[in-house]
Parts: sequence; structure tokens; C-alpha cells
Amino acid sequence: MSRPARLAIGLTALVLALAAPLSLNGFWLQTALFAMAAAIGAIGLTLLVGVAGQLSLAHAFFVAVGAYGYAALAGAGLPTPLAAVGAVGLAGAAGALFSPIAGQLRGIYLGLASLGLVFLGQHVAYNATAITGGFNGRDVAPFDVFGFSFTATDPELVVLNVPYTGLERLWYLGLALVALAWWYARNIRLSRTGRALTGLRDSEVAAAVIGVDVRRYKAAVFTVSSAYAGLAGVLLALAFGRIVPDSFGFLMSIDFLVMIIIGGLGSVTGAVAGAVLVSALPPILSHYSASLVFLAQPGESGVGAAEAARLLYGGAVIAVLLFAPGGLAQLLRPFPRVKESSHETNAGGHGHHADRPVPGGERL
Amino acid sequence: MKHFFELLLNGLSLGCIDALIALGFVVVFKATRVVNFAYGSLLLLGAFLIGRYHESLGFAVAVLVSIVVTSAVAAFVGVVVLRRVRLADPGTLAIVTLGVDILLATELTRRIGSDLLTTGDPWGASVRDLAGVHIAQTRIAAAVVAVGVVVAFLVALKFTDSGVALRAAAERPATAALLGIRLGRVAAGAWLLAGALAAVAGLFFTAFPSPGITGSVGQIALGAAVPAAVLGGLDSTTGALVGGLAVGLTATFAAGYQDQLAFLGRGFGSVAPYVVMLLVLLVRPSGLFGGKEVTRV
Repeated sequence: MSRPARLAIGLTALVLALAAPLSLNGFWLQTALFAMAAAIGAIGLTLLVGVAGQLSLAHAFFVAVGAYGYAALAGAGLPTPLAAVGAVGLAGAAGALFSPIAGQLRGIYLGLASLGLVFLGQHVAYNATAITGGFNGRDVAPFDVFGFSFTATDPELVVLNVPYTGLERLWYLGLALVALAWWYARNIRLSRTGRALTGLRDSEVAAAVIGVDVRRYKAAVFTVSSAYAGLAGVLLALAFGRIVPDSFGFLMSIDFLVMIIIGGLGSVTGAVAGAVLVSALPPILSHYSASLVFLAQPGESGVGAAEAARLLYGGAVIAVLLFAPGGLAQLLRPFPRVKESSHETNAGGHGHHADRPVPGGERL
Repeated sequence: MKHFFELLLNGLSLGCIDALIALGFVVVFKATRVVNFAYGSLLLLGAFLIGRYHESLGFAVAVLVSIVVTSAVAAFVGVVVLRRVRLADPGTLAIVTLGVDILLATELTRRIGSDLLTTGDPWGASVRDLAGVHIAQTRIAAAVVAVGVVVAFLVALKFTDSGVALRAAAERPATAALLGIRLGRVAAGAWLLAGALAAVAGLFFTAFPSPGITGSVGQIALGAAVPAAVLGGLDSTTGALVGGLAVGLTATFAAGYQDQLAFLGRGFGSVAPYVVMLLVLLVRPSGLFGGKEVTRV
């Protein structure tokens, strides 16, 4: 695509995104907010797993740190923007704390060890009732900046006869955060740091030989990825209004992995696309289950909406890995641009999958 | 003291079941370097088949059917589904099995629905009294079967041709292939065996005193297999046995002494194995008996 064409498409998308709350009802806004939170988390995970090659199943844990961190800090009376920044910092610090263990482990051992973190985190969330509210969860203070509250009132706001309540206002916050997260991650990936991380993924030894400080970069990417998860947690907490430990389990970690695989490992845009697909599919299917004839209604036997969504994306993971390792990112851009070809090849995940280890090689 | 012995005995018998589960997980990893996240669902499939058909077919036949079907499904996953990506890195392989797990677990949970499925085993809910220490009859049966299966497996691994082939393929795949060992067959055999182990473990895992066969069994079983296999060392069968026993004992003791461990929170028993796993990994990054990863440049 030529540059003006891309610019035109981008501008149209921007205008549509800004105007969307005018015509979307509560259901769609809520779904979109979950998708935005998921997108931020998925971008963080794709930096860790896709770009740096560190398999992690602990993402739900860091999301929980962000969500509970925000709820606790805001609940303790901190101004909410500070609480949000603090929560992101907390999640990043948790990632940095885990990185010595992570630095020692490689590949699949890391993935399995990180699984332990999710179970431990949930255990703490159930038991530290003073901070987390235990099993029943706790309410989350609504966001407000300099007296502008992200709720229905204070100040009341009506745009073109559409009352702007909490969800409409959060839409813009979410949009801004996703844009920021996308831009920052893309810059990381295309920079010197990103190339160092890619080196880490392809061969730690080779990267160390060229002068990449393996330990430091591993710690750094864990920290950044966890901070992303923390930000996703904050947005998720705001969208839910109330958080319970059950949401932050093994299944959430899997969902995040599914998002970045379907999107195409290592691609930032792909992660966003995958996040939107995986997080929006279940609510949309159940919203329209009455008019979708192939879905069973609650109480009937047959495949219900939630199950259909899981079957769909379980199948999608297998299909993507088996037949299109580049994921959505590859499908969205069938003809790679020539100018940035070296980066884009990595982005599509070819780099990761095409150079498969030789049979009998060191990784087998 | 009596409480202690009761926990010890129950922990050991639970450990035997966990060891069976971990063994199936490790055999596949050893032979094919695949971390099998679908293992929990395979176990659920095994338990589900027994629960669904023991009334019409009788218990023994249902167990046999379950073993055959579960092994076949496992082999299908290992040989047919993973065929296209068999040379990919371990992370990719693991995530493909995760996709299989999502499919299997969703479909089985849907089929179980709100039914109350039990294994229908002949031991029922009877409890034996061994010198004042109480233990469920199913747990004794589990321990006997587990010890039998493990001994048979270890003997086969040591002395039969297929056992030697499996060890050779695990040690040096390329060399083994050059010497005429068919890696595809070894892999298929490992997956078949894992399926059979999953079915047997599924039977005891869901029998009394467990609450029965529900959709969450798969996740709970995977939750026991992972710390057991990892702390023992993913590619070591000895490690799987030790890890399984350790996980069973840790979980039982942490649950049994939860009043004394109240400061660690309620339900600590279910996460205690993970704490042990993380501590072991801090000291030994490839588990207690795991082979060190050699990096060649």
C-alpha cells in the first residue's frame, strides 16, 4: 500500500474509533474494554514469548498484581492515576523479582515453573482478605483525573444527545492506553533492544558472544512484560468494577498464550488482533446465541455459546501452529513491505518457526 | 502420632497415583521432547469412559475399553496431530498440545454436563483399618496397581528391545535413528503408553475418596503432574516416581496439618507442591534427576 493510502485508512480508523461510543451500547463497550485490556496484556506477552522466546504461563499472575495493586492503592486513598502507575510498577517489580528464577531456567522448564506462580498468586488472592477481599473479591474505585471522574456523573457529559457514562469515558482511556502500548512495544521490537531480545530467543550462547548481557536482558524483558500485564490488570479492574480471584487463573494465562499464537508470535499488531478475537468471541457468541441456530440455548443439550467459543479457538491454535505459524499477522499482510523486510520477517514469526532445529541438534 | 501415620499412609498412596500420572507425562517428554499439556484431558477422558460405560459393560470391560480408547486418542495426538510440527521447538509443541487440551476438556465437560459420574469400582467407599490407621480400600488398590505398573515398566525399560529403543531414542535421537531405531515407532509407543497410564491413573484419581468425575478433574490432574514431573526432572522416569511421591506426601501433610499451618492460608495443601517445585528449581534448574541441558555452539 502506498503511504497516502495507509494514512487515509489510519485516519478513518481513528475517526471511527473516536466516534464509536456515540453509537455503541453498553454491551459492545464492555466487550471492547475487555478486548482493550486483553490487547495490552497480549502485547506484553508477545514481547516476552514471541520476541525474546521466554515461554511464560505466569501472565495471569502479573495481571492479578496489577488489578489488585490498583484496587488496593486506590482503596488506601491514593489519587487514582498514581494508584494506576503504582500498580503497573508493582507488577513490573514482581516480574523483576521472578527474573532470577527465570534467568536460571530455560525453555520448557521456565514455562512450567511460571505455572507455579499462577497457583501461588491465586492462593494469596483467596487468603489475603484484607487486601483482596478473598473469595468474594473487592470493589474497584473508579478512575478520575483532576476532578474528571470516569463515572456517569461528576461532571455530567452529553455528546450529541448521547450521555457519556463510565463505559464511554473508559473507552477513550482504553484506546489511548492501547495506542501507547502498541507504539512502545513496536519501538522496542524495532530497536537495538529488540534485536538483542531476538538474539536471546534464537540462541542465548550466540547472543552472549555478540555482547548481549543475557541475564540483564532477560530481567528487563520480564519486567516490561509484567508491567504490560499490570496495565492490562488495571484496565480490566476498571472495566469489571469488581475483581475476584477466580478470574486470574490458569485459564487466563492460556487465553493470553492463545491470543499471541493466533495473532502470530512476536507481532505486536497480531497480538492486538488475537486479543480482540479471543476476548470478544465468547461474549458476542452468547449475546447472539438466540439467533445463531447452531448454538444450544442454556439448558438444552448441544454446544452452547461459551463452549463453541472455546472449541473454535482451541481448534484455531492447532490450525495456526500446524498450517500458518505466522498467525493473523501473516494473513493481514500477505505481501511484506520491502523496506523493512528484515524486521517484518521476524514479526511474522517466520524467523521463529522456519529455522527449525535440525533433528538430533542440541534442542532435540 | 496416629494422625501422622494416617497422613503418611494416605500421602504415600496418593503419591502412588501422582507417580503414575507423572510417569505418563515424563515418558512422552523423554521419547519425543513434547510437554504434553493435553495429559490432564486424556486422564479425564479415561475416567469419563469408565464412568459412562461401567454400568452397561461391567467395570472390568469398561476399564479395558477406557485404556484402549485413551491410548488410541493419545497416539492420534502424538503421531498424527504433531506430525507436521515434530521438528519445531519444544514451546510450539507444548502449545499445540494445549490446543488439544482445550478441545478435549471442553467437549468432555460438555458431555459430563450435570451428571454425577462415578467410577463404579468394586471397592466402593469401604475403608480398611490397619492397626488403627484408616485408609480407603481404593487407595490400597491404587498403591498395589501403581507399584505393579511401575515395576513392569522399569523392567521393560531395562530389558526389552522396545525399552532399549526408548532409552536410546531419548539419549541421542540422531544416532539411534542411524542404528535402525524407528523414532516414529518409539514416539507412537510412548504416546500409547501415556494414554494407558492416563486411563489407569484416571480411574484411581476419581475413585473414592475423591468427589467423582467432573470437568475440572483434568486440570487438577495436570496440576499434580506438572510439579511432580518438574521437580523430579522432566526426562527422568525415576524422577517422576520420586516427584509423584513427594507431591502426594506434600499435599496430604499440608492439608492434614492445616490447623498448624493456618498462617499460610486455607487450602495451602493444593499449592504446597508448587512451592516445593519452585524451591527445588532454584537449587537444581532441571529438577532432582533431570539431565543437564548441554549447550553446544
